[in-house]
Amino acid sequence: MTFETFIFYLLGFIAAASGLMMITVKNPVKAALWLVLAFIATAGLWILAQAEFLGLVLILVYVGAVMVLFLFVVMMLDINLVVLKEGFTRYLPIGAVAALATFALIYMVVGPDRFGLQAFPAPTPLPADASNTKMIAVPLYTTHVYAFILAAVLLLVGIVAAISLTLRRRPPKEVQYQDIDAQVKVQAKDRFEMIKMAPVVEPEIKKEEKEE
Amino acid sequence: MNFVIPNFAPAIPEIALLILASVVLIGDTIWSKRCQNATYYATQLSLIIVGWLIVDSFTVHQIVTFDGSFVRDTLSDVLKIFTVLIALGIFLFARTSMQEKKYGSGEFYVLGLFAILGMFVMISAYNLITLYLGLEIMSLSLYAIIALHRNSGVAVEAASKYFVLGALATGMLLYGFSMIYGATGEINFDKIAAVIATGQVDHTVLAFGVVFVVIGLIFKMGGAPFHMWVPDVYHGAPTAVTLFLGTIPKIAAFAMVYRLMVEAMPGLLKDWQQLLIIVTVLSLIVGSIVAIAQDNLKRMLAYSGIGHVGFILLGFIAGTFDGFASAMYYVLVYAITGLVGFGMMIVLGKGRQEFDRIDDFKGLNARNPWLALMMLFAMFSMAGVPPFIGFFAKLMVIEEVVKAGFVWLAVVAVITAVISAFYYLRVVKVMYFDVPEDTTPIKAVNRTTQWTASFVAIALLVFGLIPSGFINLCYNAVALTH
Repeated sequence: MTFETFIFYLLGFIAAASGLMMITVKNPVKAALWLVLAFIATAGLWILAQAEFLGLVLILVYVGAVMVLFLFVVMMLDINLVVLKEGFTRYLPIGAVAALATFALIYMVVGPDRFGLQAFPAPTPLPADASNTKMIAVPLYTTHVYAFILAAVLLLVGIVAAISLTLRRRPPKEVQYQDIDAQVKVQAKDRFEMIKMAPVVEPEIKKEEKEE
Repeated sequence: MNFVIPNFAPAIPEIALLILASVVLIGDTIWSKRCQNATYYATQLSLIIVGWLIVDSFTVHQIVTFDGSFVRDTLSDVLKIFTVLIALGIFLFARTSMQEKKYGSGEFYVLGLFAILGMFVMISAYNLITLYLGLEIMSLSLYAIIALHRNSGVAVEAASKYFVLGALATGMLLYGFSMIYGATGEINFDKIAAVIATGQVDHTVLAFGVVFVVIGLIFKMGGAPFHMWVPDVYHGAPTAVTLFLGTIPKIAAFAMVYRLMVEAMPGLLKDWQQLLIIVTVLSLIVGSIVAIAQDNLKRMLAYSGIGHVGFILLGFIAGTFDGFASAMYYVLVYAITGLVGFGMMIVLGKGRQEFDRIDDFKGLNARNPWLALMMLFAMFSMAGVPPFIGFFAKLMVIEEVVKAGFVWLAVVAVITAVISAFYYLRVVKVMYFDVPEDTTPIKAVNRTTQWTASFVAIALLVFGLIPSGFINLCYNAVALTH
């Protein structure tokens, strides 16, 4: 076993184990932190596969930005864990059987027989001055420009959907908005009214009460 | 580096739709306070413009552009034109329904336009990435559209159910894609087909990928045994949204199956055929038997839709280009019939209550004979009663599957069609022979929807009486494509 293979298996183990912990741990904040660890291990695997740019972006974007935001949300939400965990043990046996069977099937197909080093030899290492960023950037903006724009549209749809689902326009009486048009258009007679009132007559107080 | 600017001309309808949808999105925030209907009219105008652009540049050749990620052919043009036409009807019904039920906002139209853009991308996809992105643009818009009616608990539940199961289906589909990419090393459909045709690819990995791709596709189409979400989502969503969900996404799903199975993996016909046979038989049975027990029309139509998916897949099982053409004919007929079937609930649904129980239709003939007749047309067409268009759709599909040598499948299809005729005819029986509790006449919500529904229902009869033109259109579209 070379040092590279050792690192590969180590990172792979960390990624798989933290993935497993992420879905079994009780506290959602801890689950998010396990997910962060899974991301970091995956980033290491990518760097090992000579995808340095992607590995770094994974750490910067996912670990640095997305997961921190996600942690904020998880910490602020009051999630009822008991309800979430309901039925977990009841469905565990059948779920485990299904998962194991699927895993066995996947291993048979994707295992070392078909995707081993004999079938797919390791790529020759790139020269030291190869630019990983450029290798991704050039096809992204040329060959795959259509997909790139579509991905942008997908994000736009996500924004529109999220805003339209969470923005609650309250009726004007509940929240005081400043309506400038109405303020400019207002006339004195709208605000100020002279009313002729009848004089207020004090009710006569009965004599008996006065004596008391 | 030698990069040639791709040919944008074939994608002009998509580009126009994206720009117009963005204009409507921005415009909606400006004009929504001053004039309520502006967004609706802008949406309809956008669709008409896009439809005209497609008709204007209708092609009989295959044009591939954007380095093989986009294809424009007769099939895609025909499917897009039908998508636009049916979408015009959907928005017309949806506006009426939302006004009547006092909910909804401009976002419905904006997200609807984006969903249609996603369908266009799916219909014209020529590599795995584009297909996936189109599917996601469509699905994400649909999830949000269902949940837009936030005050309704069932709608939010339907949306979350659809979202979770849709995400699972996407995962399956992507895993299958990764296997196919892993085995062939290509993402463009024509290149995948070429690599498979050389026969130097590991067949087990490909077959493994096909299993996951088919599971993902059937999930999205709503066929058994991955149909669990369909009735709940159709039932929970407001009728205006059910109308959207039950019609045009099926057309896009047809295109997705066609592009993947026929254009990318014709060499694996034997593999996906077997899978589709299982799915078809289950869908036909679930669609015909379970629908009998439903007392809600939306749920009943949801189950009947599962049965229709079975019929559409029959055309694919035939494995010939005539078979694919018959499946295309079926899916278009189904989408048009669905427009009347779901639309009628909107036309009759005056007031805030939904008009979606089968009991609501009791004695409709006495209360509004004209609309009862139109509903009868829709039900007869779905059941496949001869003079209506639905009969020819079923006939063509069954004919192709018999030609391909699957007589037993045709027998199953006919038996389930007869069983499902029971529940369609029950709606007719309820309308014509049951005595209503309330005998006051029902008026349609407004004239426009009434005449649109009537127009489409009569078209079901007219195209049933002279079916050849529409059938030839589908057969020629597929024939010109390959």
